[in-house]
Amino acid sequence: MATIQLQQVEKKFGNVHAVQPMDLTIQDGEFVVLLGPSGCGKTTTLRMISGLEAVSSGQILLNGRDVTWAHPSDRDIAFVFQFFALYPHLSVWQNIAFPLQAQGESGANVEKRVAEVAALLRIEHLLRLRPGALSGGDQQRIALARALVRHPAAFLMDEPLGALDAELRETMRAEIKRLHIDQHATTVYVTHDQIEAMAMGDRIVVMSNAVVQQVGTPAEVYHKPNNLFVARFIGSPGMNLLSGHYTDGIVQLLGSGRYPVPESWDRALKARLGQHGTVIVGFRPEAARIGASGALAATVYATDMHGGYTMLHLSMEGEGGEIIHARANRREHFKIGETVRFDLHPDMVRFFDAETEVALEEVR
Amino acid sequence: MLKNQAAPPATSQPKPGRQISDRTLSQLFIWPTLILLIVINIFPLFYSLFLSFTNYSAIANRPPEWIGFANFDRLLNNDDIWGYFALTGRYAVISVGLQTVIGFGLALLLRKKFRGSGVITTLILIPMMLSPVVVGLFWKLMFNPSYGIFNYLVGFTNPATAPDWLANSDLALWAVIIVDVWMWSPFVMLLCLSGLSAIPDYLYEAAAIDRAGAWFQFRRITLPQVAPLLLIAVLFRTIEAFKAFDLVMGLTGGGPGDATQMISVEIYSQAFLGQFRTGRASALAYIVLVIIIAVSNVYIRTLNKVREG
Repeated sequence: MATIQLQQVEKKFGNVHAVQPMDLTIQDGEFVVLLGPSGCGKTTTLRMISGLEAVSSGQILLNGRDVTWAHPSDRDIAFVFQFFALYPHLSVWQNIAFPLQAQGESGANVEKRVAEVAALLRIEHLLRLRPGALSGGDQQRIALARALVRHPAAFLMDEPLGALDAELRETMRAEIKRLHIDQHATTVYVTHDQIEAMAMGDRIVVMSNAVVQQVGTPAEVYHKPNNLFVARFIGSPGMNLLSGHYTDGIVQLLGSGRYPVPESWDRALKARLGQHGTVIVGFRPEAARIGASGALAATVYATDMHGGYTMLHLSMEGEGGEIIHARANRREHFKIGETVRFDLHPDMVRFFDAETEVALEEVR
Repeated sequence: MLKNQAAPPATSQPKPGRQISDRTLSQLFIWPTLILLIVINIFPLFYSLFLSFTNYSAIANRPPEWIGFANFDRLLNNDDIWGYFALTGRYAVISVGLQTVIGFGLALLLRKKFRGSGVITTLILIPMMLSPVVVGLFWKLMFNPSYGIFNYLVGFTNPATAPDWLANSDLALWAVIIVDVWMWSPFVMLLCLSGLSAIPDYLYEAAAIDRAGAWFQFRRITLPQVAPLLLIAVLFRTIEAFKAFDLVMGLTGGGPGDATQMISVEIYSQAFLGQFRTGRASALAYIVLVIIIAVSNVYIRTLNKVREG
């Protein structure tokens, strides 16, 4: 069990920052997901925690102990690689036993612990095979078993499901989550898949361009994104973002819509912009409430049936009307070209500074 | 089924006359090589098998006379011949063993790229590119007790007391071994280098995470991963060592006495010295062939086992 602290940890390749100085504290037993598009520095961060990559500056503490320059083997962490990194010339049993034998564990103890972890992951029938003979899912189970067998202080996982097909990913996601609940081990998990991050993380660290954009619970990053990047990146589709001009309680959207600002936000906008100014209105698809009395109007551009609900793609009225996405009841039917009126749920609307792209704070 | 389908238009038919069909062309390319192979490889192979059952001598002016297994009988009941086999075996084991250790060691040293590692690798490879006869001749000069540089380099600076490697019957075999190791360790190194560079980095990353020490990593990852190529190198070198001839002839010619009379040198002596016993030399050559095939088979089986694990 372990807490992991990153203090001003930074990674440069030449003059290029792979990771800008970042601070992060991961609590004991916490499941933290590093999320971001490829090249954002999330894997580099994970590899720095593991010791496979040296930091350019900053400190890494494990349980309060400075391990910044410690060899990976001195950190008591396990690492699950995206492409499994199993030893191809060793049997499954030998692969799982490897970390134990490397520490010189006694034969009987190795037998016992491998059997335990094989039972936990239900891979007893695979122990005699070579990794090459196994499916991707089974290979990743073996990699997990090899990580688990040593009872490390923390697990680091680098897109462990990235190499698996969609159906298997769902199953393995549940297995990893269940393992975490049973073992209650500190876990840092890297993924570019925001759905995976939302489903698994106690907390999510959203990264982009080598910079941490937001650290928060899945609900926080979903409902209260720090900035436009997080708003767009989280959710599928991402948050609807409409720019407009605020004047005295009303946002005149580009095009022709007029959106009356809820009271608590009105105070915030006044404080920030004075009497008028440019602002970006953001809302999730499920924040749109479709009804005849709605303040905003749009025409139906396309509709997707999603089983449980219908996703409407609406073209906002007026010049260069932007496409927004709204969730509707699956029983309602909409014709393409039809005009739809809708309102925004006052608790689910967000405002962003048009220049800095940073979210505004509600003033209650 | 459709009947009376139109025949495909005959647009691309070759013009009659001096055109050669592809088939004829391919035969024209193949036959010269085939004829050459048959004349200088296949025919001698079977003819020498026939000769090994005769008392034929290349200088005697009489046709080969069938004597059954007499040649084999004489050879296999000759203690000298068994001695030469033992000598060849000892030479092969020591020489190939040293080449394996030194070649693998060099490969481990040159595995990580550093400034000038490419040049050093190329320089190390030079000995195996030379002709064995040339190597034999210039090592003969280097081993010379009065002006050779070898004694000087290994510390015998006084020519009066320095050993004469090639004339001393205890040292001559070692002299041949030293030259063979010098010449062929680079070959083992080359194969090992390609084996080492094929080991993916992530295995070592995984091993670092799994807290494996340097020796454990070497034993459990490096060695088994390189083993197939290392065994191929050992196989090639063993076969070559059993056939050792050119280097020995260049250095010692089998002497002093018969201290370096490898089995191939003995075949040469039987065939081209003294009475020119072509028949008996052929018989000995066939015995060597059978041994080499047997040894190779053992290696190849081991190799397959290593590959399958």
